[in-house]
Amino acid sequence: MIERLAASVITVFARLVTGVRTNWLGCQPEPVQRIYFANHSSHGDFVLIWTSLPPGLRAMTRPVAGADYWQQSASRRFIGERVFRAVAIPRGGDARQAQELMCAALDGGASLIVFPEGTRNTGDEILLPFRSGLYWLAKARPDIECVPVWIANISRVLPKGEILPIPLLCTLTFGAPLKVAQDEDKTAFIARARGALLALASPQGNGESEP
Amino acid sequence: MTTHEQTLALFAGIGGLLVIASLVGFVLARRARGESPGIANLNARIKAWWVMVALIAVAFVFGKTGVIVLFALASFLALREFLTLMRTRRGDHIAIAGAFFIVLPAQYVLIGIDWYGLYSIFIPVYAFLVMPIVAALRADTKNFLTRIAEVQWGLMVCVFCVSHVPALMTLDIPGYDGRQLLLIAFLVLVVQSSDVLQYVWGKLFGRHKIAPLLSPSKTVEGFVGGVLSASVLGAALWWITPFSPLHAFGIALLINLMGFFGGLVMSAIKRDLGVKDWGHMIEGHGGMLDRLDSVIFAAPIFFHVVRFWWTA
Repeated sequence: MIERLAASVITVFARLVTGVRTNWLGCQPEPVQRIYFANHSSHGDFVLIWTSLPPGLRAMTRPVAGADYWQQSASRRFIGERVFRAVAIPRGGDARQAQELMCAALDGGASLIVFPEGTRNTGDEILLPFRSGLYWLAKARPDIECVPVWIANISRVLPKGEILPIPLLCTLTFGAPLKVAQDEDKTAFIARARGALLALASPQGNGESEP
Repeated sequence: MTTHEQTLALFAGIGGLLVIASLVGFVLARRARGESPGIANLNARIKAWWVMVALIAVAFVFGKTGVIVLFALASFLALREFLTLMRTRRGDHIAIAGAFFIVLPAQYVLIGIDWYGLYSIFIPVYAFLVMPIVAALRADTKNFLTRIAEVQWGLMVCVFCVSHVPALMTLDIPGYDGRQLLLIAFLVLVVQSSDVLQYVWGKLFGRHKIAPLLSPSKTVEGFVGGVLSASVLGAALWWITPFSPLHAFGIALLINLMGFFGGLVMSAIKRDLGVKDWGHMIEGHGGMLDRLDSVIFAAPIFFHVVRFWWTA
């Protein structure tokens, strides 16, 4: 009950500040199990993804994040564990342990939100190189689709070095799902996944037109 | 009838129309059993109309301040949609912050204190000159003219033009004292009903596309039928204006034409940007700018026509 209330407070607040818009470009918000992978430039990133999912999907989608971030205070712990039901990955642990935690969450029926850059991008680069975690995860559960999600404008709202945020709208674009092909190796899949995410980054490239 | 009674009669009339529209929408939805996206969209639009009319009614209750706050908010949301889609860079950050936090509030304060000499040139002259100076100081020359022109256009369309709706309250019309709110009701009602009637006429009789490259849903039949019937509606509303029925018809025709062409211009920009709607704020309608585009082009013209021929 209190979790639901907290969830609606958070989503309403996120909507007010960023007016977040959602483009379902390559897929629809269907109740399918997915791994959403997105660019990461702000702490608010997964809140935005989570907010833009319909409530039904939101309930089955869990963000993956470093455990230390969620244990810094009681309120964060409550939000992380009870509201977002985050999959907490111990910092400095080995990759296998992280993978086991994520696979367990997937086997429990959840969808995941992951940031394959591995860290927040605060520089001028549009997208950092991917780490290999997404490949191993997709390889371990090959039937689950990986959906690229481009989060636009958060960095325009408050560019590095500026003090005053400007109230521009943030847009989330969901691309077409991908899966690891049978004989696809790590480098090829990571390049394909990164390319699919970058392809969503062109600011107005949604090519929508009236019927 | 007193002003108060006229306002009540007007809102009662609009409320009645919305009740009928909601009933029709309900029956259509029952018949289609939720299988028609067109009818779902119609009902979303009708629902949004209830909210919009309620907002305007609340603003009217609070009088001049309420109306200024309402349109300042509309300007803010419109400017936000507009600038989000523009190709601005980091070098424009201060200029854009200035547009949101200084120019926009200042324009509405100037209208609040009725300083016509300044609010009518503040954005076209002062913002026009100062913003490129601020941006130039950042020494980022890439696409400079395009960027600065886009921000200026955003201010003109979303702030300057929209602010001419509440500016109607500052007009001093002999024999029409204290009734200027009804002038706003006339403008908004006539122009918005023109949009709705164009949609209805187009759905019922639309055959020939009028601007297939700009706006595929607009038809000659929708344009002629919608603009003319909304202008007749304007004539029928002469009793809330300082105009004669014939003048009311002529002015309604003028603002409806401006509204129609405003819609075309804003469509052209959306085509250029590759988007269908300015935003997703109002369910069924798109963004704030999608709903306001016709009012934006009609308001300054309406303001100056009334100011030139009807004020003391």
